Amino acid sequence: MAKRLMRWVHTLWRAVRQLSGDDGYERYLAHHAASRPDAPALSRHAWFALRQQQKWSGIKRCC
Amino acid sequence: MKTTISSLLLWLGVALLGAAAVGGIALNRGESINALWFVTAALCVYAIAYRFYAAWIAATVLCIDATRATPAERLNNGRDFMPTNRWVVFGHHFAAIAGPGPLIGPTLAAQFGYLPGTLWILIGAVLGGCVQDMVTLFFSTRRDGRSLGQMARDELGNIGGIAALVATFLIMIILIAVLGLVVVNAMKNSPWATSTVAATIPIAMLVGLYMYKLRPGRVLEGSALGVILLLLAVAGGGWIDQQAGLRELFNHPGLPLAFAIIGYGFTAAILPVWLLLAPRDYLSTFMKLGTMILLALAIVWLRPEIRMPALTQFVDGSGPIFGGKLFPFVFITIACGAISGFHSLIASGTTPKLLANERDIPMIGYGGMALESFVAIMAMIAATVLDPGVYFAINSPAGVVGKTAAEAVITISAWGFPVTVEQMNQLAQQMGEATLFARTGGAPSLAVGMASIFGSAFGEHLLALWYHFAIMFEALFILTTLDAGTRVGRFMLQDLLGNIWQPLGRTSWYPSVLFSSAVVVSAWGYFLYIGVIDPNGGVNILWPLFGISNQILAAIALCVATGILVKSGKLKYAWITALPLAWLIIITSTATWQKISSDDPRIGFLAAANSLSDKLAAGALSPDKAAVAPQLIFNQQLDAALALFFAALLWLIVIDMLRVCVRHLRGRAVPPLSEAPHYPTRLEEAWQRD
Repeated sequence: MAKRLMRWVHTLWRAVRQLSGDDGYERYLAHHAASRPDAPALSRHAWFALRQQQKWSGIKRCC
Repeated sequence: MKTTISSLLLWLGVALLGAAAVGGIALNRGESINALWFVTAALCVYAIAYRFYAAWIAATVLCIDATRATPAERLNNGRDFMPTNRWVVFGHHFAAIAGPGPLIGPTLAAQFGYLPGTLWILIGAVLGGCVQDMVTLFFSTRRDGRSLGQMARDELGNIGGIAALVATFLIMIILIAVLGLVVVNAMKNSPWATSTVAATIPIAMLVGLYMYKLRPGRVLEGSALGVILLLLAVAGGGWIDQQAGLRELFNHPGLPLAFAIIGYGFTAAILPVWLLLAPRDYLSTFMKLGTMILLALAIVWLRPEIRMPALTQFVDGSGPIFGGKLFPFVFITIACGAISGFHSLIASGTTPKLLANERDIPMIGYGGMALESFVAIMAMIAATVLDPGVYFAINSPAGVVGKTAAEAVITISAWGFPVTVEQMNQLAQQMGEATLFARTGGAPSLAVGMASIFGSAFGEHLLALWYHFAIMFEALFILTTLDAGTRVGRFMLQDLLGNIWQPLGRTSWYPSVLFSSAVVVSAWGYFLYIGVIDPNGGVNILWPLFGISNQILAAIALCVATGILVKSGKLKYAWITALPLAWLIIITSTATWQKISSDDPRIGFLAAANSLSDKLAAGALSPDKAAVAPQLIFNQQLDAALALFFAALLWLIVIDMLRVCVRHLRGRAVPPLSEAPHYPTRLEEAWQRD
């Protein structure tokens, strides 16, 4: 029972992190490792800066 | 066989329940009706439409292909193109499309009674808005996630592309102005609201610093910190309101607040995104989702009675909040929540780049809009559970009902909606405000409605806190839209100016950033300024303009979709987009015609300009009104020209679409379909292997 509850909480937490983009850097690292393992990955700070800049260069919010 | 019968019975049950609820709402006269019927009707209508109409469109009209690789898979770059879990995409898409629009439109349209707005929200969404969002998402997905403007250019030709671009730019300007006006009306002479809204700016910056410098990318930690600070700011505003010296710092009439918003808009547009825009967007998204869920729960739990009649006498066009008859103005006033052209900009360009499989398109495109429509239904409930007298007292501008409280209650009571000065004073006191009269724009009456729903669910003594929480929550995402819109407007302008003089097109060249931001801010700042000094409340002018422009954008998206359907040999199914398109053409053209040619100065822009110049010439205006009259006259003429321009834009693209369709049907040359070639998806097998 407790184990199932823990698993449920874990799944929920993962969903919240994914929805909010909290796990974005980890997903970037995974993608980077899979696609270009030889090139150095961006630092957390550089990645976040780039991500913000890209996100807000287009229409992202509406009425 | 067994499952078929049980599912048949289930859907038959949903259909009957939905029909009973809609019928109950529509046919009920005289007796009060419970808000739960609205929720039931809405949920049943969306469920039936999603299960049958959306599924049919997906399978038969669009022929969604689950074996086809999406742009997210083919062009995966780990950034904007990235296959993402469907629920996450749904969350992002919904957060992007649901802004303050679906909260404000229904609140204003409640002046006609609860029925017209509610029916339009339901029918408009399932036959119009949801279809628009879904087909745009599908066509953009099949075209490597191209934007609406690019699709219009590829599929119809240059005229369509330019029209889409110009319409987007203008609607942005009008949208920002009207949203700014809503915030100003909520903050004027209210130290509590003003100080709380002001506090959201340093709070957002603090969160920005936290997410960018202190703990880069820790979005959840930063947002949690921000939400706590925002709640403290709501309580802190109440404390400031009690301090004789401090409260005067935040006690301002409309005009200085409008200038503050204009100055803020300029600063926000030139600051780096990480400092203000991005963190506040996280905060407003969390606040928005949290408040919506809370409101839905409170409505279901409390089951408040609707007090507004089904129809009011204002269907004849004499409404105090905005002038104009039920047809076409209820359809113009409620754009977001029924059909919103702006969504087609999100459904093309952003969301398709995240889709892992075409199968997810109905849920995200159609389902996302259905949820936004539900938000609009909740806003309608919050506005109509108020006493109608109170609703009109809050929303009617002083120029219509009279400057003093005594005059206003006499006018409103004479309409058959009894309200007293004591009642309004007591309400204002409960909400922690000096007055609630003439707070036109929807936000304050929605806040009073929400506060009374939350208040009875979670404690009456917290009414003032709930009211200012609701104001803060709306201002938060209105300011986000304002920043984001100004920035997008700037990019578009820079793109355009780059054709004239190349350096102006460089988005990172500081002089160009300053110049183009100043142009965009002055454009919406002008309309905001005029809206604030207008004695009849600028909402009467700006909101219909916004509705018309938003729906013209929707018509452009539907033109592109209809053109693509015809060109793909699906003429017999083209009605799914052509029907809502025809309706939009009718309502926007009628509304534009009336806004230009009506003799009633509260409806016609030119009639208003003429009546004002007559009064000015006759010397019938007080000196302060005479001083601003020339500006108001010019503005009414400008609005008429703008409305005419919008309509011309619409007809231009409709005719262009018809030309392409007719040429195609006659076998002549048309721009070829720009669909990307079919590659089989490899994601499914990869996921199964894992």
